[in-house]
Amino acid sequence: MAEHAAAIEHVAQQFDDPEQQRLVAELGMWVFLATEVMFFGGMITVYTAYRYLYPVAFAHGSQKLSVLIGGINTGVLLLSSFTVALAVHAARTGARRLLLVSLVATIVLGTVFLGFKAYEWWHHYHEGLVPGIHFTYEGPERAGVGLFFWLYFALTGVHAVHLTIGIGVMAVIAVLAWRGRFSPAYHNPVEIAGLYWHFVDIVWIFLLPILYLVGRHAP
Amino acid sequence: MSVAAHELHGPRLYLGILLALLGLTALTILVSYVDLGPFSAPVAFLIAGGKALLVVLFFMHLKDAPGILWLALVAGFFWLAILVVLTMSDVATRGYIPIPGK
Repeated sequence: MAEHAAAIEHVAQQFDDPEQQRLVAELGMWVFLATEVMFFGGMITVYTAYRYLYPVAFAHGSQKLSVLIGGINTGVLLLSSFTVALAVHAARTGARRLLLVSLVATIVLGTVFLGFKAYEWWHHYHEGLVPGIHFTYEGPERAGVGLFFWLYFALTGVHAVHLTIGIGVMAVIAVLAWRGRFSPAYHNPVEIAGLYWHFVDIVWIFLLPILYLVGRHAP
Repeated sequence: MSVAAHELHGPRLYLGILLALLGLTALTILVSYVDLGPFSAPVAFLIAGGKALLVVLFFMHLKDAPGILWLALVAGFFWLAILVVLTMSDVATRGYIPIPGK
């Protein structure tokens, strides 16, 4: 009964009950994520068009990337999605300690991902693979390889911005959790933040093949 | 179906999903070293799509979600499909019809 009272306490006046409030919150996040699909989709469409026009150049560009780091980073991000799923589970069941540990683990894993990403970018800079700033790639497909790296930096850069925002959001959620703001009756922010994090993970799931793997078997 | 009626998914299920995702990542990396000719990209996208579906269904709990949340997901990918298909129907068919005098 106390839990029911706690749930009612968190219902804003425009909602009938906690369930409706949670559905509205989830729907809002899903609609936002649909717009994010279009946001990344625009760049992926440009990628598709130029890959169609310059398949050899895109393969050459892709071969400049480290599959090892890309693969490790994919594992790190998938692991962070797992810890987010654990955090949501902990919030639903009222396991405060597990919630805090999962959130901190998520923040750490997200930061590790960004660290690897920064190392890669630094490496590309020293290899002269940054179009517009330091691009020294010489070869018959120079223009196409330049296009590939424009798209590489746009896609991974925007993804990294999303991940940075995600880390910030998770830090806020962790502070709120530490202050005991969430309960099985009310934990919408954990669920919503989790949806965003999983989306950023899904974007990377598609970036791995189109950036790192596209030219592996080519001559 | 009400949102609160979600059955709670245990950490055990999530661990299984994580292992499947890591396995599929290893698979897509290994397959990328094999020359599949024109099937390379479709196979890579099929594996990535499968991984995304696992995340959406289980980590994002869409499996037990009401239809209206599915609608948001489908709408996002439907408009993306329009964008890609119409763009490529232009880019990929240029030169199909010769331009007189060129």
